[in-house]
Order: sequence, then C-alpha cells, then structure tokens
Amino acid sequence: MFIPHTDVERQEMLKIIGKKDLSELFNVIPEEFRFPDLDIPHALSEMEAQQQFSNLAGANNACDEMTCFLGAGAYNHYVPAAVDFLLHRGDFFTAYTPYQPEISQGTLQAIFEFQSLIANLTGMEIANASHYDGATAAAEACISAYHHFRGKRPKLVLSPNLNPQYLETIHTYFGMLDESKLVVPEDQMAFSDPNKLADLVDSETALVLVQYPDFLGNIYDLAAMTTKAHEQGALVAVSVNPIALGLLKPPADFGVDFVIGEGQPLGIPMSFGGPYLGFFATRKELVRKISGRIVGETVDGTGKRGYVLTLTAREQHIRRDKATSNICTNQGLMALAATIYMSLLGKSGMREVAELCYHKAHYAAQQIAGLKGYKLVTQQPFFNEFVIECPKNVSVINQHMLEHGLIGGFDLEKVNPKLKNQMLITVTEMNSREEIDLLLDLLEEALHD
Amino acid sequence: MTEPTVYELSSPGRVGIEYAHLDVPPSELPDAFLREELPLPELSELDVVRHFTHLSQLNYSIDGGFYPLGSCTMKYNPRINEVTARMPGFLKVHPLQPIETVQGSLVVMYLLQETLKEITGFSAVTLQPAAGAHGELVGSLIMRAYHRSRGDMKRTKVLVPDSAHGTNPATSSMAGFTPVNVPSDARGNVDIEKLRELCDDTLAGLMLTNPNTLGLFDEHVLEVIDIVHKAGGLVYGDGANLNALLGVTRPGDLGFDIMHINLHKTFSTPHGGGGPGSGPVAVAAHLADFLPDPIVGILEEATDELPPLYGFVHPPQSIGRIKSFHGHFGIIVRALTYIMMQGPEGLRAVAEHAVLNANYMMELLKQDYTLPYDRDCMHEFVLEGVWPDAEGVHALDVAKRLMDYGMHPPTNYFPLIVNEALMIEPTETESKQTLDIFVDAMKKIAKEAHEQPELLHEAPHNTPIGRLDEVKAAKDLVLCCWRPEE
Amino acid sequence: MNTPSNLKYAKTDEWVKLDGSIATVGVSDYAQDQLSDIVFIEFNRETDDKVTKGDALATIESVKAAGDVNSPVSGKVLEVNEGLSDIPETINDDPYEKGWLYKIEVSDPSEMDELMDSAAYDKYCEGRH
Repeated sequence: MFIPHTDVERQEMLKIIGKKDLSELFNVIPEEFRFPDLDIPHALSEMEAQQQFSNLAGANNACDEMTCFLGAGAYNHYVPAAVDFLLHRGDFFTAYTPYQPEISQGTLQAIFEFQSLIANLTGMEIANASHYDGATAAAEACISAYHHFRGKRPKLVLSPNLNPQYLETIHTYFGMLDESKLVVPEDQMAFSDPNKLADLVDSETALVLVQYPDFLGNIYDLAAMTTKAHEQGALVAVSVNPIALGLLKPPADFGVDFVIGEGQPLGIPMSFGGPYLGFFATRKELVRKISGRIVGETVDGTGKRGYVLTLTAREQHIRRDKATSNICTNQGLMALAATIYMSLLGKSGMREVAELCYHKAHYAAQQIAGLKGYKLVTQQPFFNEFVIECPKNVSVINQHMLEHGLIGGFDLEKVNPKLKNQMLITVTEMNSREEIDLLLDLLEEALHD
Repeated sequence: MTEPTVYELSSPGRVGIEYAHLDVPPSELPDAFLREELPLPELSELDVVRHFTHLSQLNYSIDGGFYPLGSCTMKYNPRINEVTARMPGFLKVHPLQPIETVQGSLVVMYLLQETLKEITGFSAVTLQPAAGAHGELVGSLIMRAYHRSRGDMKRTKVLVPDSAHGTNPATSSMAGFTPVNVPSDARGNVDIEKLRELCDDTLAGLMLTNPNTLGLFDEHVLEVIDIVHKAGGLVYGDGANLNALLGVTRPGDLGFDIMHINLHKTFSTPHGGGGPGSGPVAVAAHLADFLPDPIVGILEEATDELPPLYGFVHPPQSIGRIKSFHGHFGIIVRALTYIMMQGPEGLRAVAEHAVLNANYMMELLKQDYTLPYDRDCMHEFVLEGVWPDAEGVHALDVAKRLMDYGMHPPTNYFPLIVNEALMIEPTETESKQTLDIFVDAMKKIAKEAHEQPELLHEAPHNTPIGRLDEVKAAKDLVLCCWRPEE
Repeated sequence: MNTPSNLKYAKTDEWVKLDGSIATVGVSDYAQDQLSDIVFIEFNRETDDKVTKGDALATIESVKAAGDVNSPVSGKVLEVNEGLSDIPETINDDPYEKGWLYKIEVSDPSEMDELMDSAAYDKYCEGRH
C-alpha cells in the first residue's frame, strides 16, 4: 500500500542501477538473516481496516456514552470543533520540524504564539515550544535546576502532593544522576503545606517543586514558600493546571522561577493517555538553562518579520554530549491545538470555563458533604478537584456507579495506602447538573448494596 | 504578506466560543487567589479559523511536495490513520478508566507490541516513550540497570560512532554515561580495529544506527556486535533507519539487544510540525524485566466463553515510569492501522522500494555531486554540497536554492563526518516521476553553482520569506509576541 | 588567519599573554571564525575565584555552535571582561585585544611550557577540519 511504482517503472529503475531484481539490493545483509518470514496477519484493505478498528473502538466504553468524574492528571474538557478541523490541515500535520524557516513560517509562528499564550497565562516572561507532557516537563525543570548549580546543590525537594506519576518520572530521570538526592517527605499530611515543605530547603537544595492546585485539589498560597526558598538560594518550580489559571492567580505572582504543567486540558482529547502536551515557562534570565525548542522573532533580508528556531546551540544536534537534555521533538501538533484553543476561548472564554468548573465542583462537593456516610475531606480552597471520604471501599462504590454508566473519581488508596476509602472527584464544564445529581444518587445508592 | 499574530488580531470584547450557562447555584470565589488580569487575545471563531488557515498556507508539507530529509523518513501520512485515531471510542477514553471499559484500546496496544516484536525480532516491547530520543533514554537506562543488576558498576563508557545523530551522545551523557567516539572506516563501516581497542571492561555498550546515517548497512555488523558482546557490553540500535529493513532483516536476529523505533518515521504517523512522535523500545529476552512500567499484557487468558482480559503488567526490575500514563495512544493507533494495511508483503515492499528509490537517485546524481561512499546504499545516501571549482558555494546554498524549485531540501550538515553533507532519503511513497523532477532540479543547481553562484547565495527567492537573520534572533531574543506591559 | 607571535596557544583554541605573573586569556581567531557570529557569552568564574588548568571558564555561544573556554593555566582570577556580555561580537571583531576574557594570576608558570607558540598553533590548525 502507498507504493506508487508500476512494473514498468520498477524495471526502468533497476536497469539504471544495474540490478536484475529488488532482492539484489540487499546482498549486504548476512544471508542467514535475510528476508525472514514475518508472522503477522496479511494486509487489510482500507475498508477492512476501518471495520476492524471500529470494532475495537466499539469495545471501549468511552466518555461520550459514560458520565465522567475522573481526573487525576487527564481531564474531560470540551474540545471546540474548530480545533480539530484546523489540525486536519495537511500543511500543519504533514509538515516537519521547522529547520528550514523560509518554508515553515506557519509552524514557527504558531509555536511563537503558543509560547506567548503560555507565558501570559502563567505570568512568566518566556515559554518554550513544549515537552512531551507535564511529567517530563517537571523532570526537565528538576534537571535544569540541577545543572544550573552544576551539581553543587544535589538536593531537590519535591512536594508529596505532586501528581504521583510526576514523582515516579522524576525518580526515573534522577536515577541516572548518582550524586543527586530527591527529598519527598513521607508525612503527606504535614508536608502538604508548602510553608512546611520550605523548611526542608537548605543551601544544598537546587529546587523545590510543588503543584498548584495540588494532586488532591488543594490551593495554597506559595508566596512565603518561594521567599524562604529563594533566601536559601534555591529555585522554585510550580506545576499547574492551565484551566485553573483562567481564574486563579498565576504562579508568577508568587515570584517562582519555573512554571510547568500538562496542557492536555487545552483542546487535546484524552485519547487513553496520549499524545499530550508539556509546557514550560520561566524568567528571561534562565532561558539558556532550559531544554526544549524555542522560537524567536527576527527579520529577513528585506526587513520582513519572520520566526526561527533559536538558541539551538543548547540542543542535542549541536551541543551533542554537552546538551542540557537530549530532547529532539516538541509536541508540535498538540501545541498547535492548545494555541487554537486558547485563541478561540481567549480572555473571556478561559475565565468562563474556569468558573463553570469551579462552581460545578463546589456544588457537587457541598451536596456530597450532605450525604449520609460521606465526608468532604478537602479543607483548603480548591478549584475543580476535591477529596471525599467514603463509608466503603472506593473500588466497590465505583463498581456500582459504573454499572449505571458513571465513571467515578480516582481511588486514592491506589497511590497512598493511608488514604483509605478516599476518592478524588473531578468536575468540569462537561458535567451538567443532571450528571452531578446522578453522581449524588449513585453515591447514596452504593451504600445500600 | 506578514500574517499578524493573535494578539495583533485581537479586539476587546470579541468572543470565539460560548458555553452553556451555569446550571448550579454559584459558590463563593476564593478572593485571595483570583487573578486580576488575564492577558489573552479576544478573537471570533472566524478570526481564528482564518488566521490559522493563513499560517498553514505558509508551510511546506509532505501533502504539498517532496521532502527528502535523510533519516527522517518523510513518507506519505495515510488519511485512514487520521480516521481510526479519531474514532470516538478511542478518543474519548480517560487513561485511568477501569480496564474492563477500555479493552479495545488495550487490544490495540497489545497488538502493536506483538507486531513490533515480530517485525524487529525482539522479545518484549514498551510503547511508553514519547519520541525517539525518549526511547534512547529508556534504552540507556535499561543498559545501566542491566549492568548494575549484575554488580557491574564500572561500565560507564558508551561507544558512539562518529556518524551518529546528536541525540545519541546527548542521551548517553544524560543517562550518566561517558560517550566515546568510534571512527568509521573508508567504506563507512564502524572501524573494527578501533572498536576492538575501545572494548574493555568499562564498556557499557555501543549505540549503533544500522543502516547508519550515511545510508550504509555495516558490512561487518555481526562482527561488530560480537566484539561488543564478548567485552560484556550491550548493543543498542537506533532504529531511525528501520525503513530499510522491514521484512528484509530483523535487528533482534542480528544480535542487537535493545532498539528504539520511531513510529513517526518508519510507520507513517504524521510529523505534525515537530511532534508528537512515539518511540517504542524493543528488547531481547534478557532485558525484558527492565522495561518501563507499565506495559500491556494479558491478565486473564481466554476461556470458551470469554475473550482474554487485557491490562497493565509491571516488569519485575523495571527502570520505572518515564512519562505519565502509558504512551502516545493516538500515534499507536495510527501505526497499527498502517501495519495492518501493509501485512508482511507490504512491509517488505516498503523497504525494497525505499532502497530502490535511493539507489536510483544516487546513481543519477553521482556525476554532478561528490559521492563520498560509492557503494550500494540502503534507503538514503549522502552527497557533498560543495565543489572545488565552485568557490564560495556551500551545502546551505544548494539547500536554499532547492526551495526555489518547489522542493524541501535534504538534511544539511549531517552526518558530521561528511563535508557539507546533503543527506537524501526519498522514501518508498514517492514515484519515479517525483524523483526525476528532483534529480533534474539538483542537476540544474549544480550547473548554477558553477555558472551563476549568486542565484544560490541569494536563494530562496520564491518562498513566503527570504533567509532569516538568525544572529539577530539569538541576540535580541524576542520570544513572545505580546506582554501585558505593552 | 591571525596568530600573533607574542602569544601562546592551547589545543582547545585559547590564547595566553603572560606579563610577569599575570596571564590574559581569550580565544583565537581560528576559534571565532569557526563559531561565526557570537551571540552570547556566559562567564563561569568571578574575581578572586581559584581556577585549575582545564576548568570551563566560560561558554561562548553562536548561532551554530557553543563552546567552552578551558583555562590554559591555574591560578586566581583577577579580572573578568564582563562588558563583553553586552557586545559579544567583540570576540569576532577583535579576539586578541578588546575580546580578552579573563586576567589570571598564575600559580604555576611552568604550565605555559605545555602551550604552543604561534607557528606550532598555525600548523596545528592547518591539519584540522
């Protein structure tokens, strides 16, 4: 499939290169390993492929049929129709990395706009062209901080209320740096409070990393923590939910150094976990310390404004073994989706979606708090995720709700055995009042099973 | 025409999309945490659609023309991939949903794991890495974990051929290894004698791209692998050039221990203007336990009444998680769609025609350009973009001039071991017609280089914008189109 | 290529001018030519810092490359040409005079013997690339 050569053309070409048949092209392959039989199914036609994949997709229970109150790092937000239609344009999705800027201004300007929107959303001065996802962006922030101090500050203080997958990813990345020391306090309750976490920052600390709102939904003021950390000479990084920033104070207001996060909520479908979008913003002084592509503005010979990849001397293809990171891709198409999303929603839309999420979540929380047997655990201000304590095991309750077409919140016991019977519920603008009321009914019903 | 930025198009009060009214009683907002300003643009839906449509029209793409970028495998991106990836059953699924509700997606991932194993000749596969470089990192971490599990702590050296992609030494350093250069011989193979000298008990492994970035299959690959294995090292295969080997040979059979695969190169998933990619890693049996966590497996075997239950399994000595969730599912679906439409015969035809196309072009161009390695190539080949009798003309000029002929230039200045390199990879989806047009343009440019070099120096002339001032970009560092202070 | 005869040169393209015990250090004409337009310089050492031969004193960045400036001598930093940060292209225009990077008080003058004179450096550069 997709090979245009006709028999006639093949013969002409073979003649030009002096070969009799195609197999002669592979004489350099050791004979005993040449032309293996691959035990995979024979080719399907396009029609058959579509049918088979349709059957597979049909075997899923997706969130278009089910009601979803699950978040914990990936979110069910509405993706406006215009986003996907624009992504369908072949000039966007079949284009390559913009190494030849003269014929890639579309991609370059879109990334430049992405950088600008993320910078302004987070309140920081600059942003890069993106990382693979929020977890790797967090890992890269830690790496940047570690190398900024040339390994002289081997300690990284990480909030226990970071998304557990981010913590795991950072552990994997830092497993390679023997001299580094990751400090993640065991006492999650006590160290939820960033001010307490700041007590662990000393002159050996390169970075302290927290999440805002945190994994359990809590919002904390980060100003005091940031001041304390800076007094010790350490850098501060914050992982954020970009939708929350439609309403909440941007982390830049607290004086932080790096803002990272998962951009999936910005017009990217959940798609069973990927591809997603990591974003990374920082202060101008630190721009050379961060990894990832960056697009800058310039002019051509006639003075016409244009865009190019810049600061490439930091990157792998030039610096090679001295590069700050090995990253080669950015999430081009996903960054484009987010740029279109943020442009479409704009100032008022981003605020509107944030408020819808906030109010719906708070309504749900208040109502659940009134249910017999259930307790609202979250004490801090929260955005659209909160924790409830259930009278039974979360998996049992979720099983009941699933039978009625509702996907319940995240079972926190899965990531922390101390959080027994605790569920993290997420509400977005996609959840109607009827759905929230259904959730309440099913939570109540689940007690009687 | 300069396309304004979204901020320049903005008009206060404009709205691009409206949402339903709040259907629950509002709660009090947290005053202490409310932001004062939200400096985002205000555009209508038409503004947005028009703006991004204009931007797309400034781009060159595979849909628009030939893209012979060496080692990038710019093959056609089938539309059916876009259909299957967007099926709502796949798209609207949360990664943490109960596994009973996502069996369809798990089967897709399992099938791709199994198929990639069969195609590459390895025992186990992870689909978690987000891109090739990410896969390389996984490979390096597995190498490290393997040696350490055997108490072998002093293996810190990784050998990297001088023709290697920049990610290879960058990844090695990142993983805590010391990359050491291995030179190539005059035929473009790894220099066997120099390799032997470098193989000692501090050797963690060799990172080998085969065919290499010169487009050449190493004539001593079995010996190279054997030397490394005898010294106790592992052989990591950079799978960027796998397109030449589909159905032709399997790296696992040749003796490679680990390999990363680029779904966005070999398996037709779109490049997206720089991503997303997907970089699955395949390993030999002795390394399967170290794969990232989680991979997809069968939790319960099929019975007479029920199909198997698919779920996530945790490799017992896993290097850990390397990103959130389980991998780029949207890219995985596309790659599986492609493979299922190729079948074993189709995959072999892909390699055969990719290699045929490259050799054909090489034969036609070697009279006009210096060909540093004159032997049968695989799916790509390298020319020198410089002539001793065309003073002042460099590969960059040839590249820029090609744009005037409506084509994307080949990869420039890589690999580093060829002077003024032009790395050309046609791929199998390009017809003889297209190749002939490209060859014709290259021949014309070679002539121009000697007779009218100014045409090259001032190129491109026919593109939306001319050569850009990269020095100014790096010095002025304007990285944002609008700041609230403005 | 300009290679003043009163200076000594390192294999990694730094030059040294020794006046008594004070060494002035910079990068050679060959280096600035290879790098092409320099856009940024990052100084890694301050006045009074101790340096050992081989330490990365600075990183010089151009559009196409970034290179470390390795100290050709050991000693103590007396002065840093911080002003270059604003006009890094000075290194391209005048690598030997205005483009000086560091003044170091040498602790071991014998290290100068390990460096090349201008003729040897010229020959060395010819054989490269």
